Amino acid sequence: MADISNAFGEAIRLIAAADPDLIEIVGLSLRVSLTAVAVAAGIGLPLGALLAIARFPGRSAVNVLVNTLMGLPPVVVGLLVYLMVSAQGPMGALQLLYTPTAMIIAQAILVAPILAALTRQTVSDLNSEYDEQLRAWGVGAWQRAGTLLWEGRFSLLTAILAGFGRAIAEVGAIIIVGGNINHVTRSMTTAIALETSKGELALAMGLGLILIAIAFAVNAAVMAVSATRTRSAFA
Amino acid sequence: MQRTATDEGRSLPTQALPILATGLRVVRDGRVLVDDVDLKITSRDRTTAIIGPNGAGKSLLMRILAGLMVPDAGAVTWAGAPPNRARAQHVGVVFQRPVLLRRSALANVEYVLKIAGVPAHDRPSRAAVALDEAGLTGVAMSPARLLSGGEQQRLSLARALALSPDVLMLDEPTANVDPASTAAIERRIGKARDEGTCVVLVTQDLGQARRLASDVVFMHEGRIRERTAAEQFFAQPTTREAAMFLKGEIVL
Repeated sequence: MADISNAFGEAIRLIAAADPDLIEIVGLSLRVSLTAVAVAAGIGLPLGALLAIARFPGRSAVNVLVNTLMGLPPVVVGLLVYLMVSAQGPMGALQLLYTPTAMIIAQAILVAPILAALTRQTVSDLNSEYDEQLRAWGVGAWQRAGTLLWEGRFSLLTAILAGFGRAIAEVGAIIIVGGNINHVTRSMTTAIALETSKGELALAMGLGLILIAIAFAVNAAVMAVSATRTRSAFA
Repeated sequence: MQRTATDEGRSLPTQALPILATGLRVVRDGRVLVDDVDLKITSRDRTTAIIGPNGAGKSLLMRILAGLMVPDAGAVTWAGAPPNRARAQHVGVVFQRPVLLRRSALANVEYVLKIAGVPAHDRPSRAAVALDEAGLTGVAMSPARLLSGGEQQRLSLARALALSPDVLMLDEPTANVDPASTAAIERRIGKARDEGTCVVLVTQDLGQARRLASDVVFMHEGRIRERTAAEQFFAQPTTREAAMFLKGEIVL
């Protein structure tokens, strides 16, 4: 018990003193996950809108693929990306293994299907609501996709926040492709796993507290978004 | 049995007029909803009211004329060619339930102007004029979907008229609207007609048809039973069904 409370006190001290190692790890985590979510949004939102609006051969196959990828365990995604970027893999020449870029790729693959599926649902609902009116205006397919994405902006923002929550909390994929290398690919979750196994509880707990704070902030942002959409009936 | 055509108003060539329907037929689940409908709408400054009992096929007919639905048989042409996307902006449509974008009232009108290719720097002023004519200047910046039902429908009408369409089609525009907004909407429709818009109005409201229509298309069980000048129709309907409908009796 004394160990734990000592570690807790030490954790607080590390945070309060803005310990350089801690700051570096938090910074890398945020950089990796924010970039991954941006990439995932760039893929998932257009793909979701396309699946909601367009009818093309192979559409149901893509739907099944998206649904399957959505449920993939992070370690499996990590393994797949590892196979891609390892020296013998198809992207081996790029030497991405154990770099933040590999971590970004892995997290983007984890988050993109979630964003695509949520976007597909949102845009599909909006499409049935607006279909006749948009046709009456002669709106083309691309314009329709853009319009419906904008009409669904609050739902989509919530989905993006949920995607960020998944990315920042994930450990299985980035520990495989990142390797938890100090000063290079050490993130909050991989550092917690390592430090805890070493019995170094202070840094692990400090990082855990910051993760909890981030989860809290994401949820507060989701609630703020939902309050705004209700208040302004833009929903 | 149709009376002589009453389209004697201005018949200037436009992108959308004349609207010509021939041999329209719609069948759903074995029920014939629209049958044997021929209709020609040519004049810019007249209002054609499509009236008839519930389930007569009025709204369906309007959707087909607007190019929003393809009939099972027959065809519609706008100015000699099938309805197409490029000319959609010449045919304004107002639905019974307004479909408003999740933006401000002003942004709703600006959106339509953008779709039609109006340059960005002209949109705010043109949208503001459209809102002003609808008496909505005070709520220009309000979220459109927070407006009252009447305001929403006035916005829907203002949006449809912002592009000065050749034809304005309305599907029971005041069915869910308060009396004051109904009066405002009817005034705005009348003004558009006076400015040379061809109006096609589907309505259940006989008072509204009397106030606005210059021509009447009376539908019953999917067919056009009478098509005549409004005055004549209301004074002397020629079919038994129309006479009963005007008396407020249920038409079987």
